[in-house]
Amino acid sequence: MTSLTLVRRIRARPSIVFEALTTPEGIAQWWGPDAGPVLAAETDVRIGGRFRVRFRMLDGTEHESAGEYLEIVEPERLVMSWQWTNGGEPEEAGEVSRIEIDLKRIDAGTEITFTHARLRTQASRASHEQGWAGALDKLVRHFSTEHFA
Amino acid sequence: MVNYSERTLDRTFAALVDETRRAILARLAREDSATVSELAKPFAIKLPAVMKHLDVLYDAGLISRSKVGRVVTVRIQAGPMREAMDWMRRYERFWSKSLDRLAAYAESKEGAATKKRR
Repeated sequence: MTSLTLVRRIRARPSIVFEALTTPEGIAQWWGPDAGPVLAAETDVRIGGRFRVRFRMLDGTEHESAGEYLEIVEPERLVMSWQWTNGGEPEEAGEVSRIEIDLKRIDAGTEITFTHARLRTQASRASHEQGWAGALDKLVRHFSTEHFA
Repeated sequence: MVNYSERTLDRTFAALVDETRRAILARLAREDSATVSELAKPFAIKLPAVMKHLDVLYDAGLISRSKVGRVVTVRIQAGPMREAMDWMRRYERFWSKSLDRLAAYAESKEGAATKKRR
């Protein structure tokens, strides 16, 4: 798998979700893999503008990622490049991936479709050339958990 | 965020590029073990071609082979697959946890905005 897509329904209007995604105050409230704090967040929300987020995980390690805003359609769509600038995934040092976020207005609020694409350039190149995008993901479903116990 | 061997991941991904190899692994995951000739049966390719695929899987550490007499039995090895899956799941966890908090935060903002309007 070289891209990851998550869909969530949020009981808030798209403009509020968009603001949470793009303001430093908003990002400080949610960004990161565990309950560790966001240490710094900067955003310059215009095409070609950059963002930078630094966070500390509960294990004490600090990581920073940064990127550039590539598409901005407020409050419907946000596309940005993304890379680890400190810590993060060592396999991906120096590699640029891509985040695409779509916000759809629904009765209950907003449906957010979040895609982290072009993960790990080498693997994604192989997937495009040889047409196996998502293959690993499919394979994973074949495996029962006892094989990994 | 955890240091994984890049070469192991590369070998795993490279081995999984091929559809026949994925089918072999999927079958081994279901059946635990199989002989080489059993594995070759569903495919329209010849035994030597299947042996080559098994070599790639073996070099990537995805399978083990044992020989009794003339019969070679193949088994799946979970380690490298687990590593590749862990790598993907770390991203999934990262964004899944983040989006959960994003939702909670946006919903509290929505609650405040709705109250204000009343």
